[in-house]
Amino acid sequence: MIKINNLVKAFGAKRAVDGVSFAVERGEVLGFLGPNGAGKSTTMRMITGFIPPTSGTVTVGGHDVAEAPLDAKRLIGYLPEAAPSYPDMTVQGFLSFAAELRGLDGDARKRAIGRAVERCFLASVLHQSIDTLSKGYKHRTCLAQALIHDPDVLILDEPTDGLDPNQKHEVRNLIRELGKTKAIIFSTHILEEVDAACTRAIIIDRGRIVASGTPDELGRPLDEVFRRLTLSDTVKA
Amino acid sequence: MSAWHAIRTIAKRELVSYFTSPVAYVFLVIFLLLTGFLTFTAGAFFERGEASLGAFFGWHPWVYLVLVPAAGMRLWSEERRAGTLELLLTMPVTTWQAILGKFLASWAFLAIALALTFPVVVTTNVLGDPDNGVIFAGYLGSLFLAGAYLAISCMTSAMTRNQVVAFILSVVICLFLLLAGFNPVTDLLVRWASPAFVDTVAAFSVVTHFDGFQKGVIDTRDLFFFLSVIGFSLFATGVVLRNR
Repeated sequence: MIKINNLVKAFGAKRAVDGVSFAVERGEVLGFLGPNGAGKSTTMRMITGFIPPTSGTVTVGGHDVAEAPLDAKRLIGYLPEAAPSYPDMTVQGFLSFAAELRGLDGDARKRAIGRAVERCFLASVLHQSIDTLSKGYKHRTCLAQALIHDPDVLILDEPTDGLDPNQKHEVRNLIRELGKTKAIIFSTHILEEVDAACTRAIIIDRGRIVASGTPDELGRPLDEVFRRLTLSDTVKA
Repeated sequence: MSAWHAIRTIAKRELVSYFTSPVAYVFLVIFLLLTGFLTFTAGAFFERGEASLGAFFGWHPWVYLVLVPAAGMRLWSEERRAGTLELLLTMPVTTWQAILGKFLASWAFLAIALALTFPVVVTTNVLGDPDNGVIFAGYLGSLFLAGAYLAISCMTSAMTRNQVVAFILSVVICLFLLLAGFNPVTDLLVRWASPAFVDTVAAFSVVTHFDGFQKGVIDTRDLFFFLSVIGFSLFATGVVLRNR
């Protein structure tokens, strides 16, 4: 479903992403690991078509993101890093807006909103304005937006960030469940999540892939592997 | 999904968001108070003794100078600041659909504000016998004037995540477009520049092109000027957004 070939993104002289290639098929949940600033978000932004790559290609469901962006974007549900949403809208209004932009009308839209609300446990805040919600609810509202059109591809940038342990658990279960029928990439720096939700993981450091495989193949314990393969900010500086 | 559907969806959200925040109401009240005050007090509407809206429309380039950038400054800078830009542009919509949707929504909002000045028209019609064709042309010109300022605000708003910076940039550009054809300025220019030069500079001014509408003349050249400013600014908005 997702094919990434030799992807490079340079900001000035700095290469934030430096020759990354991988593929994700339906039924796979790919954990995207790496320290802060390793290039995880930049890679995801290129997959979703938010920023153009300096070189390399991304295809989603056979559509080149650079050449047929709309066809590719239709297949993708995307949760950006900070889980942004329009604070002046209600949860219902926001999801309805997202559904409408996804081309869902009438009954189909109602059903889509109902399903996303149920999956993300938003029923109790449906008519509340988003700026009055707690961080966990805001986050799940944005997640619901990504799921609204039941996409084949999910790109989730730190989907469990800022959630409490119960919510983290629920979101991981949700990702695992959705992963049976979709192609999912999610980034995290919480290593237990790899075991909890992923079928495969990639570790990225300073824009390059440094390890790839199932959690078992990467080696145990994971955090030791992670530390051995990546450099912390303090060392880099 | 058709392009028009996407534009309409984005426009609807934007227009609703004006009215769910206090922005719309503050804007409307200030706009109506300001135009009312300037028309009847500073513009000497009654003392003129003529059944026309000259005293009303004459102020619009100045009132819009401050108020239109205030209405347009948040369009893109707020999306950038809140990160919703990433959400919007990863939806299956093109950049120009998003630009057009947001622009049309704020233009519609300005049209609502302008429409709410109807008591001036009613007053003039009660007190005298004005040429309503001239008044209509004035309103049309005013709407295009607002659209031109708004498109410029759209562009400056796309450049920064700071609304204040967007506002100031936009006021400066609009002020330039205003002063280039403002009589005291052109009179000053005539003293040391050739008349042809002064005319060329004045041709870039919104005032020069708004004048005709105020006199009741709907000239395609004036319409073309305003549409060009709008078109160019929205195109620049697209370039800025693509190179963010």
